[in-house]
Amino acid sequence: MRMETPLGRVRGLGSAKSGAHNWWLERLTSVSTLLLFIWFLVALLRLPVLDFATVTEWLASPVTAVLMLLLIVSTFWHVKLGMQVIIEDYVHEEGGKLFCLVLLNFAVVAAAALAAVAVLKIAFAGTPA
Amino acid sequence: MLPKSRVGLIGRTGNPLMHRNPSRPLSPHLQVYKWGPHMLVSILHRVTGAGVSVAGGLALVWWLVAAASGPEDYARFHAIAANRLALIIWVPLTWALFQHSFSGIRHFVLDIGAGYELGINKLGAIATLVASTLLTILLWVYILEIRG
Repeated sequence: MRMETPLGRVRGLGSAKSGAHNWWLERLTSVSTLLLFIWFLVALLRLPVLDFATVTEWLASPVTAVLMLLLIVSTFWHVKLGMQVIIEDYVHEEGGKLFCLVLLNFAVVAAAALAAVAVLKIAFAGTPA
Repeated sequence: MLPKSRVGLIGRTGNPLMHRNPSRPLSPHLQVYKWGPHMLVSILHRVTGAGVSVAGGLALVWWLVAAASGPEDYARFHAIAANRLALIIWVPLTWALFQHSFSGIRHFVLDIGAGYELGINKLGAIATLVASTLLTILLWVYILEIRG
């Protein structure tokens, strides 16, 4: 016999009022990601070529570096929220779902950290010789 | 026990609720709906979102890490990414990014409670497909033909 209250049984299994937070953050990050990607694609097209010297010089400028860092945070946060909903919808088995969500969080944070450190390195160290 | 008068309604299934043609499905499933643009755009939003997340995410990280690692590493990245064969990745990736973006803008409209009239909803769904396809063609014609 399970000695749990009805509330205790459902806690942690459903939205528990956090669904609206996920929904809102997904919209918020979608707006910021959209705006930053418009800037990103236009800026890339405005570069004469995409060779090493041009790209690193462009990334080393403070405005570019900050916008790239914002793009990285915004994009990977949006990726995390979106992929989480897909996993929650299609992976029904609790163990598998937990595994996928942990893997997703690890992968997204690792990717964002790698990208951010790369931008910071170029911004602070200038163009590597 | 069922009254004798209802036995005839049971049919072959033995379920007293199955008054109807037993060959018809009990409840609608995805595969029995007639496909429309809204359904296609809805599932494409997920597919393109997941696709851009994985392929675009990897490409972005690889590009930035290569640039931060020095000219040799960047040259290795550039040789693969700027290869004509890489267009097999870039063209679908940009289309997926544009489709997800236009579909996302459509979702903002739906989120404020607008655009649910059948005609408008269908038109909006088709518009995202047309816009993303046109923008992809424009982008790659510009990159490959005008920029050379």
